Parts: sequence; C-alpha cells; structure tokens
Amino acid sequence: MSLLILESFSVFRGPCDILRDVDLTVAAGEVVGIIGPNGVGKTSLMRGALGLLVSKGHSSLAALSPRARGQAVAWLPQAREIAWPMSVERLVMLGRTPHLGAGQRATEADIAAVDRALQRMDLGGFRERIATQLSGGEQARALIARALAQETPLLMADEPIAGLDPAYQIGTMQTFVSLAEEGHSVIVSLHDLGLAARHCTRLVVIGGGGIVADGTPRAVLTPDLLRETFGISAFLQDTPDGLVFQAMGVVG
Amino acid sequence: MTRLALILSTLTGVLFVAALVVGPAQIGVGESLRALVMGGDGPVPLVMREIRLPRALLAVMIGGSLGLAGAAMQGYLRNPLADPGLIGVSGSAALGAVLAIQTGLAAAFAFALPMAALAGALVGVFLVLVLAGPRGSSLTLILAGIAISALAGAATSLVLNLSPNPFAANEIVFWMMGSLADRSMTHVWIALPLILIGSVMLVALARGLDALTLGEDAAEAMGIGLRRLRLTLIFGTAAVVGASTAVAGAIGFVGLVVPHLLRPFVGAQPGRLLWASALGGAAMVLAADIFVRMILPDRDLKLGVVTALIGAPLFLHLIYRTRRDGL
Repeated sequence: MSLLILESFSVFRGPCDILRDVDLTVAAGEVVGIIGPNGVGKTSLMRGALGLLVSKGHSSLAALSPRARGQAVAWLPQAREIAWPMSVERLVMLGRTPHLGAGQRATEADIAAVDRALQRMDLGGFRERIATQLSGGEQARALIARALAQETPLLMADEPIAGLDPAYQIGTMQTFVSLAEEGHSVIVSLHDLGLAARHCTRLVVIGGGGIVADGTPRAVLTPDLLRETFGISAFLQDTPDGLVFQAMGVVG
Repeated sequence: MTRLALILSTLTGVLFVAALVVGPAQIGVGESLRALVMGGDGPVPLVMREIRLPRALLAVMIGGSLGLAGAAMQGYLRNPLADPGLIGVSGSAALGAVLAIQTGLAAAFAFALPMAALAGALVGVFLVLVLAGPRGSSLTLILAGIAISALAGAATSLVLNLSPNPFAANEIVFWMMGSLADRSMTHVWIALPLILIGSVMLVALARGLDALTLGEDAAEAMGIGLRRLRLTLIFGTAAVVGASTAVAGAIGFVGLVVPHLLRPFVGAQPGRLLWASALGGAAMVLAADIFVRMILPDRDLKLGVVTALIGAPLFLHLIYRTRRDGL
C-alpha cells in the first residue's frame, strides 16, 4: 500500500518553481531520509506534498480533504512553535485534533494514544511540566510526541533531531524505525548523513530542482554523489554493527 | 474546568443581581426584584424594567463580547498583548458615532447613533478585509488593523478639531469614554442579534485556536482551514465589538486583561479560554458598572474610565509577573 504518491510534481514559491517533475512513491514500512544541501527544497518538497504550498501535478496527500489528510499524515514542521505555556500532556493531546469531531471531548482512545506517544519519547515524567519552560531539546521531544500522538500511517518530520543530544538523536531515529516495523512509514529530512545511513531504509537526495538519487543508503551515498551534490568526501563502510558513514572533508 | 465554570458563573450571577439592586433610586432589594419579576404600575417596576435591567443586560453582553473577542484575538495571533480593538473595528465604529453626533443626526433620530456606529464598524471590517485579505499571515491582519485604527482615530480628531459647536465636541468626548448609563431595552435589541451571531462564530474557533498553538503550518496540516478560521475571526470580532461599541462607546482593557488573567486557570489552552473569558469579561464589566454607580453617583463617572483605571494596573502587575516567571 502506498502512503504517498507524487507524480510529475512541481512546487512553486511565487512565480518560480523550486522543484520540477518529481516522482516519488512511499510504501508502508519505510523510513525515508530526505537529504540534500541547504536550500535545495527538502522542506518545500514535504510542504508541497502536504498541500501547504502552491504545486502542480499529483500528490496523493494534497488531494485529500483537510480532515482526511490530518488522519493520513502527521506533519512536524522545522520551526518549534509552542505559543502558550501549556502542560506537555495538553500539548501532545493537540495531536489528536484531526480525530476529534466538532466540540467532541477526548475519548479513552485519545488518552491512550497520548500515553503511548509520551512513553515512546521518554516523557512520562514531564506530563505536568509547562512545555515552554523546558529546554530546547525537551521541547523538540514533546513536539515529536505530539506528531506521534496523531497515530497516522505516515509521519513527515522536518529536521526533527536537530538540537537533540546524541542519545535522543539515536533514540528518535530508532523510534522511527520501530514505527516502520509496525507498518507505519516515516519521511524525515536530515543533515546528519551518519544517522541517515544507519537508520533509514531509503534515502532520497534532493538537488538541482529535483531528485538526484533514490535508493538504499549503500546505493545512494557514492563518492561521486557526495562530491557533486554535497561537495564532501566521506568514509563509508559496512561493519558488523551496520553501515558507518563519516564525512571526512570538503572537496572542490 | 467545571469548577472554574461554576465559580465564574456564580460570580457573574451574583454581580448581575447586585447590578439590578444598586442605583440612585433607593429601592429595597426584595421590593426591586419583586417589581422586576411581577411588573405592575408605578415607578418601581418602571425603574427596574426600563433602566436597571437593560443596563445590567448590556453589561453582561458587552463584557462577555469583549472578553470573548479578546481571547479569540490573542489565540489567533498567539500574542497575549492582542486586543479586540486591534482589527480597527472599535475605532471605525467610534468614528461613525462621532459623525452622527457632530452632524446632529444623533439628536434628530432616536438610535441614529448606534446605527451610525454599526455602519462605521461595517466600513472598518470591509477595509480590513480589502487590506489584509482572506489569506496571508497574521501580521498583515495586525498591520491592516493598526492602519485603520490610526485612520479612524485621525478622522475622529479632525471632527473634534473642526467642530464649531463646543456642546457637540463635549458630547463626543464623553461618549467616547464609554458608558452604560441611560440605555434602554432598544439598545439591548439592537446589539443582541449581532452579539449572539458573533459569539457563536467565535466560540466555534476553539479547536482551531488550540491547534494554532503549534504554529500555522502544523495547524493546517492537522486539518484546520486557516482561511476560514481567519474570516470567521474577523467577522465574529467585528460583530461583537462593533455592536458593543455602538451601544456603549469604547470600553478598553476588558478584552486585554481578562484573557490574560484567566489563562493560567484553563491550562493556557486558547480554546477553553474563550468561554472563561466571556464569563470573566461579563463579571468585570458588571463589577465596574456597579462601582461607577456606587462611588460617585452624582458625577456620572464613565465606565470606560473605570475599566481602564482597574485594567491598566492589573495589566502592569501581569507584565511584572510574566517577567518574573521568565516567560
């Protein structure tokens, strides 16, 4: 079953197209890492697919009604906004918004979903804490928990692990992997190619207004691609503990 | 949550009854309430039904409107300093009323003044929509509102400036201070439909405002139609604030202070703050209007002056507390 289908998909900012003729299909059980240098349109690809930007071509998500889309995909924007000093529990409960009818109160199922999300992000002890008074990394985890509480087949996250400590960076990626093992899919934009190589089942490289490469980390992270798209050289080796990637230097 | 609702409703109820039994005509509590309910001939039922009842009803309606609109505006803009007057509707409604007083229209026809104020509010909301559009960020809405408020304020000053008639100028200045004195049931009937419609619109925003806590992008991806939310907010606010200003003049600080004051008691959730602020606003305006009649009964102290005198120090205290909490 495909959770996202993009066909000849172009995204516009004003009159200019940022991405042209993108084709992408994401099936269930995948952790898709969107990688690419700054400003190539990783965020625009995801926002366009969600229908939040002007676009041309077909996106299976943008075609849905707003409510159906809210039940099909959870979107975690890069900007970590928490406008009001509310408790972490309440904040995470906001993720249940697309599942509640007008004026409907949270049901047992909603509360259970919030509990699971808090558990996954190791926030059990933070329930009553005021979200705006937490550290940046803790706020980031609370917001990831909010997206998890939405319990959608697909999760799209824009640089969710930036600013987390190494343990939570790995922990968050492992959470994504376990979501995929449960049959969900995750599309996540990343700058840490090491984490991307280890935890993503598939990498999609964006550059020059389209998709440059798409495949398993081993197949995608070739020396040529790293040089041409990222301008770096890197060490990449299969080890008994999985794929190890380390950027080594700037080239060209 | 239910406890807060109970406390606020009880407070509003008690203040409503107090507003009915306080006044320059010295009537006993039992006698006045009996006259209000039973009616009959004579001065007491007349005072109760034609003077005190509309005044107390207007206090509830206008206080509720301002509290509700303030909470909705703060929730939408995600800014605790937002105020229902921000979209320029109260300024343009005031301009309409001022023009009615200056041209003599207000003296020539009964209820020309509130009608002219409503017309002013309508022009104001039209201009906001043209300037800020149904799409766009919250910033364009603030800027459009500021521009219209400034323009309406300048035009009001111009009218005062060029007014050849000192009595009209005097009347304008006093009207702008905001008051509930000498209002009749007709004022209630003029304002009630608009306030009811606007309140229904604003209360319906609860879930959308909650979702906006996470930012516009996240809210939209969760199925909140931002375009519709924005239009509902503008029309709802215009209806309640326009109607309130039309019958009572400008009453400041209620929409700013009440949501701020009640926010900690609803877990800072913008949706739940809506009804709480409506009740809190009603209580504040009732209390202020009782205060006006008790402190200086002979001097016609203006309600808007008192709400500002209570509201501004309260606001300063809240700023101090916010700074102390490091938020």
